[in-house]
Amino acid sequence: MAAHRCRNLACLLLLFLSVFLVTMSQETTLGHEQHATAVGDPQTGAETKHTAEKPRVEEKRWEETKVKATTQASDTAVLTKTQVNEDFQEELVIRPLHSGDIYASFQFRTVWETDFMKGNKVSHYRLFPKSLGQVISKFSVRELHISFTQGYWRTMQWGQPFIPSPPGAELWVWFQDSVTDVDATWKELTNVLSGIFCASLNFIDSTNTLQPSASFKPLGIGNETDHRFLRYATLPREIVCTENLTPWKKLLPCGSKAGLAVLLKSEKLFHSSFHSQSVHIRPVCQDRQCKSSSWELRQALNVVFDLHTSGQSKREWSLFKMFSRTLTEACPLASSSKIYIDVTDNPQEEQFELSPATPLLSQAVVLGDRRTFSVYDLTQQVTFGTVRSLNLMIRWKSSEGDMLRPLLHAERYVAGYGLQTGEIHTLMYNNHPFRSFPVLLLDSVPWYLRLYIHTLKVISKGKDNNPSYIHYQPSKDRERPHLLEMLLQLPPHSVTEVTVQFERALLKWTEYTPDPNHGFYVGSSVISSLVPSTVAMETNITMEQPLFSSFFPCKEESSYFARVYTEPLLVNLPTPDFSMPYNVICLTCTVVAVGYGSLYNLLTRSFQVEEPNPGLAKRIANVIRRMRGVPPL
Amino acid sequence: MAAPLTLLMIVAVTVRAVLFRSSLAELISERVEVVSPITAWKRVIEGLALLDLGVSPYSGDVFHETPLIIYLFHFLVDYAEITFMLADVVTAAALYAAAKDYNKQVFRKQKFALEADRYPPDSLLLPSALRLRLDPLCGAWTSDLLCVSGNVLLSAIFLCLATYQSVYPLTLCAPAMLYLMQRQYIPVNLRRVSFWWFVVQYLFMYLGSLFVLVCLSFFLLGSWDYMPSVYGFILSVPDLTPNIGLFWYFFAEMFEHFRLFFLCVFQINVFFYTIPLSIKLKEHPVFLIFMQLAVISIFKSYPTVGDVALYMAFLPLWSHLHRFLRNIFLVSCVLLACSALFPVLWHLWIYAGSANSNFYYAITLLFNVAQILLVSDYFYAFLRREHHLTYGLYLKKKDGSEATLVLK
Repeated sequence: MAAHRCRNLACLLLLFLSVFLVTMSQETTLGHEQHATAVGDPQTGAETKHTAEKPRVEEKRWEETKVKATTQASDTAVLTKTQVNEDFQEELVIRPLHSGDIYASFQFRTVWETDFMKGNKVSHYRLFPKSLGQVISKFSVRELHISFTQGYWRTMQWGQPFIPSPPGAELWVWFQDSVTDVDATWKELTNVLSGIFCASLNFIDSTNTLQPSASFKPLGIGNETDHRFLRYATLPREIVCTENLTPWKKLLPCGSKAGLAVLLKSEKLFHSSFHSQSVHIRPVCQDRQCKSSSWELRQALNVVFDLHTSGQSKREWSLFKMFSRTLTEACPLASSSKIYIDVTDNPQEEQFELSPATPLLSQAVVLGDRRTFSVYDLTQQVTFGTVRSLNLMIRWKSSEGDMLRPLLHAERYVAGYGLQTGEIHTLMYNNHPFRSFPVLLLDSVPWYLRLYIHTLKVISKGKDNNPSYIHYQPSKDRERPHLLEMLLQLPPHSVTEVTVQFERALLKWTEYTPDPNHGFYVGSSVISSLVPSTVAMETNITMEQPLFSSFFPCKEESSYFARVYTEPLLVNLPTPDFSMPYNVICLTCTVVAVGYGSLYNLLTRSFQVEEPNPGLAKRIANVIRRMRGVPPL
Repeated sequence: MAAPLTLLMIVAVTVRAVLFRSSLAELISERVEVVSPITAWKRVIEGLALLDLGVSPYSGDVFHETPLIIYLFHFLVDYAEITFMLADVVTAAALYAAAKDYNKQVFRKQKFALEADRYPPDSLLLPSALRLRLDPLCGAWTSDLLCVSGNVLLSAIFLCLATYQSVYPLTLCAPAMLYLMQRQYIPVNLRRVSFWWFVVQYLFMYLGSLFVLVCLSFFLLGSWDYMPSVYGFILSVPDLTPNIGLFWYFFAEMFEHFRLFFLCVFQINVFFYTIPLSIKLKEHPVFLIFMQLAVISIFKSYPTVGDVALYMAFLPLWSHLHRFLRNIFLVSCVLLACSALFPVLWHLWIYAGSANSNFYYAITLLFNVAQILLVSDYFYAFLRREHHLTYGLYLKKKDGSEATLVLK
């Protein structure tokens, strides 16, 4: 712990230094910037005209190249990968949200064709971080997904995120089937990761570890789904801060020195409505036939900036305003480095204006919807213009426009009053007008809230909705949490309510957290679902796609996989008085002693007629009389 | 003779049926004073639900009843109300018969009827009404033991059923044996072969039926999971839900490294008094049963008012002791006040948030002190009456003046 502290301190110090330097350097760049916008304005005007005139042509051109690229991909990619079997890509997606917020999603992907398993000692690392490579080979990890999130993703206002994550820390790992003692390996792994990410993952123990039977399938290749090799844990209380961001940035090939990662400044990132950073490691296919597999490390960072409350009355947004940095170059190690800006709702620029404008447009099918993006390719020098610095800017013209309601969203709350019992309500909304779809609900409740499964009720549209599959694992005190997994069919345009009653336990005084009256967190419910998609999904996983649209593999065209996390719950428990263990021990023991004493008294003595006690003088006289041999008085 | 009993039963059953249907049923079945983690009906239903889901009820920590109970209620769950009523009626009838039998015996033995016809009419209602949703079989078996104690084998079997349910009735073995020996005119004398022969016989029957029950449960369930879940749960007290006993707060506030020590001390307390009490009361097994039930109810790990009601149902049997009781007024006042304060302070702590756990704990302490005083007062009165029976009611000193009795 002490080591951590020192490290954190060091991190902080470094940060302060860098912040200082940044502010110094920005004064210089600011001048450039103003110059750039002044120069860029007529340019962008011309360009927008250009795109307005013949956007179709542009798109066509782009799509043609894409098709060409995919046909070439099979042979050229293989060729290049035999020479250098490592590849790094980075991208940033920016989506203006209807609530007026800005959603920025960074994704960094390293793919490496290597074999960590079978005693193969990998010692030469280039792009892939060595610390994670060693973790994979030492603990025989098949897939590892870890996320740290501060804040709650508001699906109703923001839509679906590209990579969902629950508040707090989440870790789920698939182990290779060669692992014999999965629990011990898991324990060790969490401790190691806790060190790597400077997080309290070492608090993951058997009381918050689950083995979901259906909700978490491997996202990479591999058909094995024996859930004995899966471990899942969340720490809803975990607070994410700079100390977690710094080690996360260190895993990137360019660190935070070049490329998109330059933008990741903690003083801005953590001054936001939502912040989530994650690391996903999985084996992926190299080509369509899947003859060879490689390891994919995907680092994602999602952040939602609230530009209303940050004191700017003008609805205007720029890279510099968000991240207090502009971009000057791509990461030299990256094979592709792109910025995507979602302009689907803005085809004629009636909502916002983008500057500098880009002629490049791209379409991608993401989360069941076809979206249009303006693309900035950072590997091209043209992108940076004459000032050698890219400061994207969005100016809103109107604040109108309504958002499509997300097809699936969920919320959860605790009902009831008092500290004895309660009821957990989970509401799941299917907003599709005519199609029903299945969802898998995973609930993990700590042991100190004793669930009564016989009170489980699932009601949609006023009728009982019987789950077609229930996996319930009751809790064991101080050992294991409740696990409830259900497969439910959500009827079209409906709300499905799942209620279950629980009882609050009184814990030992040492088991309470240091602030017991704050309450205890219950991790988010996980809702995994195949949501009907409005457009045909891309099922070819090896095709070149933007990174943000290729995270969840797609098996069929008509639906896409979505995962929704509900709010974590904060539940109060009855507390003993922490100040009086001594008093309680003394008082209770006294009562027991009273019982013992009175029974002992009655058991060992017998009734006798009381003889008055002779006085002292009489007793002495009697002693003397006895010595004299005279009968006593 | 049977007419008042029948009338009483009908009244009790009606009260119960009405309570079952009223909104009070929900309230009572949630009260921590009435239900314990072992006997709560809600948990039995939960166990059945788990069984239906194909999960072993003992894989979790909600269900702690014995396997026989869960399989019994697996078939009887729709008739649970009738089952409970029947069980209570049987308990009441058994208590009645036992009381009558005992009174007759006392009458025969002592040649003067101090307490004939003083069977407990009021207390019959008390357990029936209060133990609304408890699993009353334990009580039923314990008193069946009294009723059928003419038959040695049946008594052993019922006692073993009670032991199987919760470990504590093990201590009732001694009074049961003493009672049966008294009935069969076997002298309680350690040097006599007939005494030892009877003890061996009885223990063989008792342990044999216990063995059969345990094995039966094993074969019903297919595993030994229920052993730690039922008996481990009773003995190691992992569930600290507040109740009227002494354990919950004590072990919630206990220092971790003393836990085992105090657990042993507290659990031994229940079994500790059996041998000295048996020696002292070897001529009076029924009073011994009363004492033992009271000790169990005070010192067991998850007591409920049902346990208190069971031994209090015996109190009218000892109405002849009233003139020797010393502080019955005080004790009954304290008990009444405590019963009123339990729900009040519970509400203040859990719902209103204006009190804390110490308030409720203080009441449990007071309640237990009152119980201890009550029991020891009855014990004192009983011993004193025995003394008076041999030495006369009005004792005189050697010099002829009025004497006072003291314990020495």
